[in-house]
Amino acid sequence: MSVLQRGAKSLLLSELVTGLGLTFRYIFKPKVTLNYPYEKGPLSPRFRGEHALRRYPNGEERCIACKLCEAICPALAITIEAEPREDGSRRTTRYDIDMTKCIYCGLCQEACPVDAIVEGPNFEFATETREELFYNKEKLLANGDRWEPELAANLAADAPYR
Amino acid sequence: MADFWSGYALPTAIIVAQILAIVLPLLLAVAYLTYAERKVIASMQMRRGPNVVGPFGLLQPIADGVKLLFKETIIPAGANRVVFVAAPMITFTLSLVAWAVIPFGEGIVLADINVGILYLFAISSLGVYGVVMAGWASNSKYPFLGALRSAAQMVSYEVSIGFVMVTVLLCVGSLNLSDIVNAQRTIWFAVPLLPMFVIFFISALAETNRAPFDLPESESELVAGYFSEYSSMTFALFFLGEYANMILMSASTTILFLGGWLPPLDIAPFNWIPGPIWFGAKIALVLFGFLWVRATFPRYRYDQLMRLGWKVFLPFTLFWLMVTAGVLVAFDWLPK
Amino acid sequence: MIVQSLAFYLFAAVTLASGVMVISARNPVHSVLFLILAFFNSAGLFVLLGAEFLAMILVVVYVGAVAVLFLFVVMMLDINFAELRQGFMTYLPVGALVGLILVVELLLVVGGWAVHPTAAMMSGAPTAPGSLTNTEAIGQVLYTRYFYLFQAAGLILLVAMVGAIVLTLRHREVRRQSIGRQVSRRAGDTLEVKDVPTGSGI
Repeated sequence: MSVLQRGAKSLLLSELVTGLGLTFRYIFKPKVTLNYPYEKGPLSPRFRGEHALRRYPNGEERCIACKLCEAICPALAITIEAEPREDGSRRTTRYDIDMTKCIYCGLCQEACPVDAIVEGPNFEFATETREELFYNKEKLLANGDRWEPELAANLAADAPYR
Repeated sequence: MADFWSGYALPTAIIVAQILAIVLPLLLAVAYLTYAERKVIASMQMRRGPNVVGPFGLLQPIADGVKLLFKETIIPAGANRVVFVAAPMITFTLSLVAWAVIPFGEGIVLADINVGILYLFAISSLGVYGVVMAGWASNSKYPFLGALRSAAQMVSYEVSIGFVMVTVLLCVGSLNLSDIVNAQRTIWFAVPLLPMFVIFFISALAETNRAPFDLPESESELVAGYFSEYSSMTFALFFLGEYANMILMSASTTILFLGGWLPPLDIAPFNWIPGPIWFGAKIALVLFGFLWVRATFPRYRYDQLMRLGWKVFLPFTLFWLMVTAGVLVAFDWLPK
Repeated sequence: MIVQSLAFYLFAAVTLASGVMVISARNPVHSVLFLILAFFNSAGLFVLLGAEFLAMILVVVYVGAVAVLFLFVVMMLDINFAELRQGFMTYLPVGALVGLILVVELLLVVGGWAVHPTAAMMSGAPTAPGSLTNTEAIGQVLYTRYFYLFQAAGLILLVAMVGAIVLTLRHREVRRQSIGRQVSRRAGDTLEVKDVPTGSGI
């Protein structure tokens, strides 16, 4: 390229104009982002979101207080206390997950022999206070009741690969 | 008593009403400039931008303003309190007082003084004080560095802005802003003085600390630059001042080069539209340029910024000033 | 007229007060800020005199450029104020003497200065109303009667600038960036793509 050509190019700011043209064309391109609170992206059945404690179809809670999840939890977010119930079965009296500690690794649901503790598809559980993130057994069971159809569907979808 | 009413109270009331008639739409424009900025940049990056608060997110600036209003004003323990609080007020006030001389239409101007362009220049050269005072009073290293950068940058680019203004003045023969606009009835100065128009626009970007010259507030190096330590309304005043300055620089670009309130062609469909609307439309166009540039170019390095100001723009504007003067004298086109 | 007098007394009082603060403020940055306030209010006084061009130039040059540099320097200084104030009493007599001489000189000048009888009428409008704006009036005087003095002032500033550059410019061995060269460089000038067979060098 000759000096003259180069000089003309830099004096006419041709590169800047090219760049401006590019960004201008992008105005008319379709948006790639989702309209988030109204539209949501697809989630894998293996998505690890908010925790839930599931029940059997007859309403009996699945958890048998084996404490495998408590043992495997790398963030020490799970606290379990257990006692025999009146009917002699082994049940938890306390099942707490500190959601501020949890790292959503999914090891608890891997460890669970009865598919009681699972991580569901819900990721919108932001709260205004820290205390609300210290989940107890009632909260986890309520989550399980609320999300049971989705949880069951996700487990079924993932079952062939386990 | 009647003398007092007709001599003082009434004129004062009229002036206050006129000031409000300028300031309130201006503040509204500032609010919606932030909205426009977010929308324009979002669409250039294939995003949506704010769209939740109100229809198309139109109430977003108001939500932001209310949020800032309710935040706590924090004054750092080591700060120089008086200067710290005065700095945002100065920035904000200066960005508003310059509007006194801006002609919105034929004769629609608060103070039609005959050194209008110098007044604009003086006010914009004062803008650096708010920044420097904020940086110094914060007693914190990032704001201080930001303030130093900003002061050097604004002083440097003021020189080339000055030369560009002088070039336009040569072609007009008056310092009055209305005269400058009226001198463009035949042709807008953007056409014969195109290089000066481009330089003025780029210098305006540097003068208002906008991308790609936003080094005083470059978030990757200086947190937020000179207003790192500010919060709540003090921060909001800086923010409003900065955006009002952007609109002001767009207005002066419009007056100097794009024919102010004049329609592009003085023929039927164009001259039905009143002048202030043309003026607003041209300001909006220049402001779109500001946002467009921000969405397109990466930030300059500081030494490149200084090089551009002193080694490129200063000689070039000086050269072009002499060429313009020479042409005007040679063809005897000097305004009488 | 009342408004103008009020404005005059306001500007004058603020100018004087900030002038006093410039020399009495403990913090040098505050001193500079008060100096700026003083400049600004004297610009206001110029406007009241009808010399709006001078007022604007005062703001642009002194406030907008000179005072910024002052502020720049003062902000970056690290001064020990106690040390600075130590010699105050010993130098007071000399300082007072200089001040006294200055006051006497000023009195002599002002006392011997006969104000032209029409000046009071003219002060509201320095140029004949309607004929010239004061920008044009200053230009006409500056580029005719005082042309050589004006050029000489420019030359003095130029010499000062050259002197400052000569004093501070040092040629150090630094690698400098040549943007033009970098931009005009093409990939072909420095890069060569080779197909290297596996197991053997180039």
